[in-house]
Amino acid sequence: MKKLSARRRHPLAALVVLLLALACTGGLYAVFAPADKAQADETAQSLTIEEGKKLYTVGCASCHGTGGQGTSDGPSLVGVGAAAVDFQVATGRMPAATSQGAQVPRKKNIYSQAEIDQLAAYIASLGAGPAVPTEEQYGPEGADAAKGGELFRNNCAQCHNFTGKGGALTHGKYAPSLEGVTPKHIYEAMLTGPQNMPSFPDSTLSEQNKKDIIAYLDAVNGEDTESPGGLSLGGLGPVSEGLFAWVFGLGALIAVAVWVAARTAKAKKS
Amino acid sequence: MSTTTSTDSRARGKAPAGERVADWADGRLGIYSLAKANMRKIFPDHWSFMLGEICLYSFIIIILTGVYLTLFFHPSMNEVEYHGSYVPLQGQLMSEAYKSTLDISFDVRGGLLIRQIHHWAALVFLAGMFVHMMRVFFTGAFRKPREINWLFGFLLFVLGMFTGFTGYSLPDDLLSGTGIRFMEGAILSVPIVGTYISFFLFGGEFPGDDFVARFFSIHVLLLPGIMLGLVVAHLILVFYHKHTQFAGPGKTNKNVVGMPLLPVYMAKAGGFFFLVFGVLAAVSAIATINPIWSIGPYRPDMVSTGAQPDWYMGFSEGLIRVMPGWEINFWGHTLVLGVFIPLLIFPLVLVAIAVYPFIESWVTGDKREHHILDRPRNAPTRTAFGVAWITLYFVLLVGGGNDIWATHFHLSINAITWFVRVAFFVAPVVAFIVTKRICLGLQRRDKEKVLHGRESGIIKRLPHGEFIEVHEPLSQEQLYTLTAHEQPKPLELGPEVDENGVRRKVKAGEKLRVKLSKGFYGEESQIPKPTVEEYKEITSGHGHH
Repeated sequence: MKKLSARRRHPLAALVVLLLALACTGGLYAVFAPADKAQADETAQSLTIEEGKKLYTVGCASCHGTGGQGTSDGPSLVGVGAAAVDFQVATGRMPAATSQGAQVPRKKNIYSQAEIDQLAAYIASLGAGPAVPTEEQYGPEGADAAKGGELFRNNCAQCHNFTGKGGALTHGKYAPSLEGVTPKHIYEAMLTGPQNMPSFPDSTLSEQNKKDIIAYLDAVNGEDTESPGGLSLGGLGPVSEGLFAWVFGLGALIAVAVWVAARTAKAKKS
Repeated sequence: MSTTTSTDSRARGKAPAGERVADWADGRLGIYSLAKANMRKIFPDHWSFMLGEICLYSFIIIILTGVYLTLFFHPSMNEVEYHGSYVPLQGQLMSEAYKSTLDISFDVRGGLLIRQIHHWAALVFLAGMFVHMMRVFFTGAFRKPREINWLFGFLLFVLGMFTGFTGYSLPDDLLSGTGIRFMEGAILSVPIVGTYISFFLFGGEFPGDDFVARFFSIHVLLLPGIMLGLVVAHLILVFYHKHTQFAGPGKTNKNVVGMPLLPVYMAKAGGFFFLVFGVLAAVSAIATINPIWSIGPYRPDMVSTGAQPDWYMGFSEGLIRVMPGWEINFWGHTLVLGVFIPLLIFPLVLVAIAVYPFIESWVTGDKREHHILDRPRNAPTRTAFGVAWITLYFVLLVGGGNDIWATHFHLSINAITWFVRVAFFVAPVVAFIVTKRICLGLQRRDKEKVLHGRESGIIKRLPHGEFIEVHEPLSQEQLYTLTAHEQPKPLELGPEVDENGVRRKVKAGEKLRVKLSKGFYGEESQIPKPTVEEYKEITSGHGHH
């Protein structure tokens, strides 16, 4: 006890107490929080919508209007469906900055998945639209990556490049790189057609087709994708290859030439 | 000659094996005198003289690896279903050419490495030729008697471009297929005969099922055959003309100062070959090139963004990308100027640099032989022209990669396209003026150095308080090197009237020539180099700088 009292005026004492207090509160919250959710099960749907509306009023209404009807700053959200909300908010595109460039970029998402679900439920309640896909729809089971590759080259590569590295569109717009985009969000993007992308509803590109495309992207542009030939140089094709050949190929050879030329048989100086 | 040696050697017992082999060969080939004359040939030493070697060795490497690839490549467009080891293409329909390229990449031992060496070496070969050509250009090494060798080199570069293009098209992947389609479009834009040429080349409607086999013959037989011949001729002429050298003490227009071919350059060149091979193999082991498996097989209904040709064709891509889509319709025919004009400018860009030596010799009227190289600063107009040409070339490369520039520098592709359209006309002019000014500035600096010596960085305080920087006089060698260049006078038009007072007729061409000559050698284009009198006057006035 004496030891403890001796240290109570230590400069770090306050910090230790604060950390302890935080750990206690956090622990208690973790214990009690699931119970709350279980109790709310019955009225979950209406409550979620209610919560979603609150989030909407804070984060979205200034551009999309108080009832999702749209303003001059943002389009109407009636009928865009939960899939669009999940995609736009979870990839950080929405809420967008007030002064955007040519295109709303992907950025850090500031909402939790629960909040996004609430927002999505609210927007879905405004009018029928595509729902958030389930894991079964975008998962790898029963997918044909080769078929997906063919579909990708036929429908997507024009803008997103052979393996989804992205590409330029007009006036500073662009098709973003698909690297590190989750299968769910790729599925939703195909379904809803965000920004400049055309939408590919199930009537155009069946569920199976979408699954195939996602499997292909995972095979050629996923985390475990190997590049058998070495560094992929961004997968951008001849421009980056040409740059590499000039800088590292010819550059190294000229350096070697300088080296060889500097080492020569010198006539003996008398 | 061989008989006398054999009698002598019999008298002294058996000659060593090497001598006997040489003797045997000489008796049948008669190469003794040829070898004697050439084995001790002198070559000057400078790293920039080895750029051509880089090209030669990468060309040899391309041939060696290319032979290996032909063992496994099937130049056929028959459709097959893929069941090889690359999973994301399983069960896809593709041409045999594409499938065999996949097999080379995944199932042939060392195939992928050899493929990558072949392709990287091709890019480096072309880049090396470009730099080699620029070295020759900026040092004026193309002057008499080397104009024909300059043209041989230029032809090698152009043939290299097309050999590269045909080779790049062989795997029949989506990227190269797009390039072929691009070429077909350019051919179709030619009035009247375009369609016929296209049908002739592709054996009917594009893509048909002939072009891979045809491009294969062109790529492995026709073009490399011509190139090999040109390379040999190029080298023979280098031997015949002897190598040029930079000005310096002891170096004249009539001698070559350097090391003998045997043994010094044999060792150096032989070693350098392996160094080049090593660097290219290392590059190919580190970085992938043209990963056709992720690009996919060609189908005319598919295309990808970011579809560019290899760098050496990039400027033609740029020409087409930035050209406004003009077209003229008349009597049911369409003249696609948006494609046809770039097709016409494409050879002009190349020819501009190729004909320059002839224009220069016509303007300057200089018909003498030159074996001493110019320093680029001492030929400001030529240097400025070369830089302007490179600028134009680079501007077009930017146009060819406008989408990559847009995505990586967060720019609008439209803004880049407009920039290139303007820069195509403006940038070379600006580059010309700026380069010329820089050259003149450097000439002034040389003059200053000769007259006042090198700035030593030592500040000295004189007894009366003045601070001066001590200038170290240059050595006699340095003085010679800095003042060895010639400064010709511009041509004069001559008297306007002849001896009888009659107005002399002057051809328009002659007037132009005199004007251009002023541009080359006029007061605006060279700083008079220091004279001996100037030098003596300044160096005799002690401490009076």
